[in-house]
Amino acid sequence: MTIQFNDETFRDDYSFRNSDWAIKRFPFPFHEDSYMYSVNMEQHRGGPEGSVYEKRFDVDEHYVSEMRDRAKVLDDDPLRCQSLPHMTLAGWDLLELIMVSKSEDYPDLFELHRDGDTWRWVNKPLGIDDTFTFLDETTLPYGPMEYITRQSQGDFAVLDQRENNLWMDAGMITTQADWSLDFDIGMNFFEWHAPVPMAHEMGIFKRALKFLLNIPQGAPARRLNWTMTVNPLLDTSPENYHKWGIQKTTLTPENIGAKQHLRVELQTFYRLPRSNALAFPIRCYLCSFQDLMTMPKWGRRLHRVIKDLPDELATYKGFIDNRPMMLDYLAQFDDGLPTSPGIFPEPETEPPLKTG
Amino acid sequence: MSAPQKAKAGPEEIPVIVSAVVPVTDHVTRFEFTRSDGADFPPFSGGAHTVVSMKDEGRTRLNPYSLMSDPADLSTYAISVRREDDGRGGSLFMHTKVSQGDAMTITYPVTLFSVDQRAKKHVFFAGGIGITPFLSMIGQLEHSNGNWELHYAARTPESAVYADMLLMKFPTKVSVYYSGKGDRIPFGTLLEGQPLGTHTYVCGPARFTEHLRDTATQKGWPASHIHSEEFTAPAPGEPFTVRLCKSDKTITVGEHESLLEAIEREKIDAPFMCRGGSCGQCETRVVSANGEFIHRDHWLDESDAESGTKIMPCVSRFIGSKLELDL
Repeated sequence: MTIQFNDETFRDDYSFRNSDWAIKRFPFPFHEDSYMYSVNMEQHRGGPEGSVYEKRFDVDEHYVSEMRDRAKVLDDDPLRCQSLPHMTLAGWDLLELIMVSKSEDYPDLFELHRDGDTWRWVNKPLGIDDTFTFLDETTLPYGPMEYITRQSQGDFAVLDQRENNLWMDAGMITTQADWSLDFDIGMNFFEWHAPVPMAHEMGIFKRALKFLLNIPQGAPARRLNWTMTVNPLLDTSPENYHKWGIQKTTLTPENIGAKQHLRVELQTFYRLPRSNALAFPIRCYLCSFQDLMTMPKWGRRLHRVIKDLPDELATYKGFIDNRPMMLDYLAQFDDGLPTSPGIFPEPETEPPLKTG
Repeated sequence: MSAPQKAKAGPEEIPVIVSAVVPVTDHVTRFEFTRSDGADFPPFSGGAHTVVSMKDEGRTRLNPYSLMSDPADLSTYAISVRREDDGRGGSLFMHTKVSQGDAMTITYPVTLFSVDQRAKKHVFFAGGIGITPFLSMIGQLEHSNGNWELHYAARTPESAVYADMLLMKFPTKVSVYYSGKGDRIPFGTLLEGQPLGTHTYVCGPARFTEHLRDTATQKGWPASHIHSEEFTAPAPGEPFTVRLCKSDKTITVGEHESLLEAIEREKIDAPFMCRGGSCGQCETRVVSANGEFIHRDHWLDESDAESGTKIMPCVSRFIGSKLELDL
């Protein structure tokens, strides 16, 4: 399949748009009409054709524009990308994983030619054709992790594994849901999760850590996480909260369908072979409420999930103040009909929604 | 999330051909593998191991062995197997029934013992066949100009696998000590002279490992700078009976098989990864028990082990009248 790349922005005039194709493959995160935390892990080895789960690293119509946005964020704030000195080998592991995966999964877009340690990488959408020496960082314009993640959608945390814990020792974090790499760098798994409500008491993190420590080479895993974002803004960082936090007050009953976005993270987990580090790509997908309402099942379900969500979670996810307005908007589509289980939209079989 | 998928019980497998069988000493043989599909093996971290699957007259033996080949050469994986005449039979199978050209299955590399990339220097202590993980670690460090030294204890020059090769290639970094000649590794002295930021690694018999750990701790080394490969082979024991509640089956664990192996024999998919009591993957909840647990793993902490509510089926056993597991 050839992808038509959008020319769009995730700031200022917010020209970001999802095509019908992108809406249909949006990773809607609720498999039933309610939501509670769970570790909800599954193996990451493909998925339905055309879905965001199909390839190891999904490339979509937003690729070129997202990479342009990342470059701008890094120009303004280079500390969004950091790698502690012992993480260079893990960076090479990640570079290899992404180059091999993308060249195999998207041969029309990416090429990797290897002759011993001499590698040639061709990235057609971004117009890159570089030859370098594998494991020799003097032959690349950036460190290996920064080089490859400037060419890959989604954030990347690279976690060192030692002392039965994971350590946030490297990352490229520019499309984050309100957390800061510069703040978390060097922290362990329990330290960086300290602000999350309820989950500690539920024993979620202890179980999740145990699962992650045991992710074996050759068997990656994945899960979804979600939050809400007003305007299609990728960089919702604490560093820039003064710029985007205020936008949450601009919602009105008239503009909420277009401005309010469900923000979903497809999180994947890969054991890196040489360093034994854990790569944690966090891919962000945005979809406006009005686009979600084009899928009847999602329209019904989103209303029920948001209505029943515990206050602690609505607060932590930053939309407690806007929840009444969201529910007013969503309620007009929910006719009370049952929904089918699972996350896929099934537009052919679900009856149409009430008109909004 | 999307279509539910059943996770496989163990690590991913790779079909291989035995490309060479090389006797190293009277008791140790090296086995080299190439992939059946002709491709390269996955990259791995020095110190990683693979689980070798052996088809032995109707039963499947799954034994972990350290990868000792050079991590930079992915055309071949190699392991060295010491023949244990009083063991449970896996090493004897490798020594007597495996020949060049045989098809076998091994798993993807599993890393529970690896080079700490923060270390300014790496000091390795090997006892006997415990030398094998250090061979691939040394390979890895040589490619990145790492600073390392090795202290290797063996009974006699004849039993010291790969000592000659190591001494020839790295005369200034390798010291070998022969206990048959009364020569012991001076742990204390060696640990004292190390620069700040040094990490130490030990692999060998349990008492050897404990000795290094105790000495380093006494000398004030931080626990995070002391690394050990703690692999336990399942030990034989009295047969015992187990009730598997979810599967609704009662099985008997034989004298020479592990609880995990008995469960697998009954075609019940139980999780595992290292099969040596250290990774935690096979941790199983005890529903009820009347008897005594023989915990031999390195995973459960003291309170879990004493509580009688958890067991690691890969290495641990039970003596008593009743054991019911959540499997």
